[in-house]
Amino acid sequence: MENHPANPLPHYTEYHPRWYRQRVSTYWWLGRWPYLRFILRELSSLAVAYFVALTLAQIYALSQSPQMYAELQEWLRQPAAVALNVVVFLFAVFHTVTWFAAAPKAMAVRMRGKRVPEWAVAAPNYAAWLVASAAVTWFLLRG
Amino acid sequence: MPKTSNDAFFWGLFSAGGTLAAILVPIHLFLFALAFPMGWLSEPTYSSLMDTVRLPLVRVYLFVLCSLPLFHWAHRFRFTLYDGLQIKHLNEVIFACCYGGAIAGTAVAGWLLWNI
Repeated sequence: MENHPANPLPHYTEYHPRWYRQRVSTYWWLGRWPYLRFILRELSSLAVAYFVALTLAQIYALSQSPQMYAELQEWLRQPAAVALNVVVFLFAVFHTVTWFAAAPKAMAVRMRGKRVPEWAVAAPNYAAWLVASAAVTWFLLRG
Repeated sequence: MPKTSNDAFFWGLFSAGGTLAAILVPIHLFLFALAFPMGWLSEPTYSSLMDTVRLPLVRVYLFVLCSLPLFHWAHRFRFTLYDGLQIKHLNEVIFACCYGGAIAGTAVAGWLLWNI
């Protein structure tokens, strides 16, 4: 505090003064699309966690008996479960697209002194996605 | 010795899990959560699925496919609660629940795949 003639003795307190900070609403991300997209991208992690839980449940049912596995498949055919799984699937694809879109921003690849364009960094990711998806499908359906 | 941060370690797990999830989760979800139960594609029989899951390489694949994305979730969900909902006073509890959940899920995956 500056020692102004009108205030000769600065006032000291034992505690740190409080900062002035404007309170941000808990729902700050609802106002604008980029903010909402950010939160949706962050929430895609729940879809990833759900996928792991479902996979573990399927492995468990598989390890128990054919009946238990069939019951789980039956449960997955309910309209509510199908609706949930469609939403989760869309979130998973949203994660993939946003993850690949972030990769060129995180890695600035340079060749001969020039920055490689973003699509050239993202393209191999999409190729890997396609190849991996085809490989998993082929491996399971190879007969 | 200066205090070192664990951020790089957790971010590495987040990043590896995020890449693995980006490449493999959509197709697994599509097949096992939708296409097979709904009969859009002819599902492998119970015994052929069992034979597949019991292959050593498939066990390792499934273990990694369950574990790393859980650490991706732990990191991202922690910051969703922190930034999105501004739950800052429960930081340690959230940290313990997220990473504890990821470690527990990894242990369950290991146990299931070891014993199947």
